[in-house]
Amino acid sequence: MSFVEYGDTIKDGDTAIVFLGHESMFPVKVQHGSVTQTKYGVIRHSTDLIGKKYGSKVTCSKGGWVFILHPTPELWTMNLPHRTQILYSTDISIITMMLELKPGSIVCESGTGSGSLSHALIRTVAPTGHLYTVEFHQQRAEKAREEFREHGVEHLVTVTNQDVCKNGFGVSNIADAVFLDIPSPWEAIGHAKSALKAEGGRICSFSPCIEQVQRTCLAMEESGFTEINTLEILLRVYNVRTVSLQIPDLGKAAEDNSSTGFDSSSPSHQGSSCADLQQGTVQFKSGVPLREVVGHTGYLTFATKSLV
Amino acid sequence: MEGGPSARIREGDCAVLKRDEVFKAVSVLRRRKIIFEKQWFYLDNAIGHIYGTTFEVTSGGNLQPKQEVEETTTETKEAGTDNRNIVDDGKSQKLTHDDIKALKDKGIKGQEIVQQLIENSTTFRDKTEFAQDKYIKKKKKKYEAVITIVKPSTRILSTMYYAREPGKINHLRYDTLAQMLTLGNIHAGNKMIVMETCAGLVLGAVMERMGGYGSIIQMYPGGGPVRAATSCFGFPKPFFDNLHEFPLSKVQSLLSGTFSTETLPADPEENALGEEESNGLSEEKQTALQETGEEPAAEAPMEINPTEEQDTMDISAEDVEFKETKEKENKENVREKHIKQWERRKKLKEAAALLREKNADGLIVASKFHPTPLLLSLLEFVAPSRPFVVYCQYKEPLLECYTKLRERGGVINLKLSETWLRNYQVLPDRSHPKLTMSGGGGYLLSGITVVLEKGKSDSSNSEALKMEEPSSKRCKLQDLPC
Repeated sequence: MSFVEYGDTIKDGDTAIVFLGHESMFPVKVQHGSVTQTKYGVIRHSTDLIGKKYGSKVTCSKGGWVFILHPTPELWTMNLPHRTQILYSTDISIITMMLELKPGSIVCESGTGSGSLSHALIRTVAPTGHLYTVEFHQQRAEKAREEFREHGVEHLVTVTNQDVCKNGFGVSNIADAVFLDIPSPWEAIGHAKSALKAEGGRICSFSPCIEQVQRTCLAMEESGFTEINTLEILLRVYNVRTVSLQIPDLGKAAEDNSSTGFDSSSPSHQGSSCADLQQGTVQFKSGVPLREVVGHTGYLTFATKSLV
Repeated sequence: MEGGPSARIREGDCAVLKRDEVFKAVSVLRRRKIIFEKQWFYLDNAIGHIYGTTFEVTSGGNLQPKQEVEETTTETKEAGTDNRNIVDDGKSQKLTHDDIKALKDKGIKGQEIVQQLIENSTTFRDKTEFAQDKYIKKKKKKYEAVITIVKPSTRILSTMYYAREPGKINHLRYDTLAQMLTLGNIHAGNKMIVMETCAGLVLGAVMERMGGYGSIIQMYPGGGPVRAATSCFGFPKPFFDNLHEFPLSKVQSLLSGTFSTETLPADPEENALGEEESNGLSEEKQTALQETGEEPAAEAPMEINPTEEQDTMDISAEDVEFKETKEKENKENVREKHIKQWERRKKLKEAAALLREKNADGLIVASKFHPTPLLLSLLEFVAPSRPFVVYCQYKEPLLECYTKLRERGGVINLKLSETWLRNYQVLPDRSHPKLTMSGGGGYLLSGITVVLEKGKSDSSNSEALKMEEPSSKRCKLQDLPC
């Protein structure tokens, strides 16, 4: 396996995702002789994982079972160890498209943070592209390097430990796209411009606060970026549920039982307790929004560097 | 293998015209009249310039690269503080309609017309600085027609289609398409199954992300796949080497093992013929109109118009070959036809073989059809531990699809979602969300395949429910009024 190439069977050294159930999963590094504890019991890597197909059901020692999944940047985003705030797949997807990334693209990113976006960028630009990522926090930079090595993508990424606002990306005139997720992106716009190819490219800056966006847009305009566009994308997830609504008793029951017009089809599945209380219920499937959703992650400002 | 179009505009390129937020895909051809945003011009002068160059339309429909002009702002800035004394009497503009038309007819530059409008506006000086700004911007938009020529990309083409022809792509908004590409883990080296009726836009987006590496099997309804939007991307030829197609109507026979290419109906052939004829017609009309200099109502190929889906831009090899055979003798034609049919059959066999391996790395569905039967059948061809994404303009069919997939098993992490997209105006002291936003860009159902156990049924089904149900049960409890 690697994060940029599917494999069929689980091998020693792979990073696999143990799926216990909805919203409950974690990554595991597969190693001969190693064991992993889950709430369903122990998973023995040598016998339970290595050589099995990705997507298999694995029975744990207590009889419960889990699925073992092939890693993807999206699964990694949901399960990675946080060292910073991270970008989630909803923002990542619009960033990738609006930066026009594809195999062969050269991308600059700062900061690396926990590597959530980095993995997605590497996946998209592989096998011929490259990611230059800059992280001013030494420990985080090292940790990211280690993860890229473990995930089999180190040849596609260069991690530099420096301050992007002072020292830039360490490359010039080679990038097709630049992404900034730092507290003061306006200080890095000049460096971003020189990292981009002479004939142009795309830039994106992610900021949670509108004041940051304001300053960034001004800096972009001063640096000659065009097509400056700020947007926000929000994910809405729906639970699929069967809902039953009671038919109100308007006193018609005594006179005419069939007058509600609903009772012909629906009440067959209803709970017996309901049936005792009133004449009937109507059942339907509904996509119910979650009680609480993410209302804001950050503003995404995109722009184009064009020639001259 | 990234290949793709070069940095410079070349003859024969697929390019996109851009004016403000309006896009239009065109093919760059000499002496071909283009109509865009109520203006007509030729692209001849644009050839050789770098993509991203902005042009002005000059007399005779020529394009002239726009010079960066120093904004010579009108004398000393004078502005009011509020609008308490500004009365809308309809007489603030001293220039009449006819005056403006005369200016335009004289061929005066848009920039100068705007200047004249400002000078002849009695209220301009009393407007606030912001209002003046807004006034100038509005007038510039109207009179200073500049066009930028950009390289096609998923970003541009999906934005263009959503704005111009949303019906053709089942109202798939560009941010929703972006989600599909990410949720589907589309990348180089994949073996993807794509079933779409979005004019080939989704196919093109997948092809862009795969960069010519790996293979794609496009499932199509009817006589052949529609790739009008795909052709707008201007992909290099090698990108089509591993693009296969397979008729949806043969899926059942392939799954049951009764599939044979011998029973292949001849309709794709006829379909190609029909396309060819309509192309010829539209091309004739085009040249005729060019000669008379009329403003043609019919637009050039690659534009988004009703005839577009039958347009030439389908770069498939068959079309090219077919064109060549057209001129030849009838006898030879028949022979060629047989060869073509044989080749078609061979391609079909290849696609069938790829599907039979049942090891695809993902499934993308975005069509006008009900998603449930598509999913239940096409998922059979996908390997375990691979993502799938289904788009639907409406939520309800996906609710049913969700339920049916749960009953079938072999899928986990099912998620029904939608994205909202809000655009912002960011200006000093005037930042706010844009006044309008898109009401809906469709819904997605995504998930991951797992090994489907033979003879599963009730036990695994109930266990699957056990795994996923608790969260919703908890919600149910919370939802109860206390």
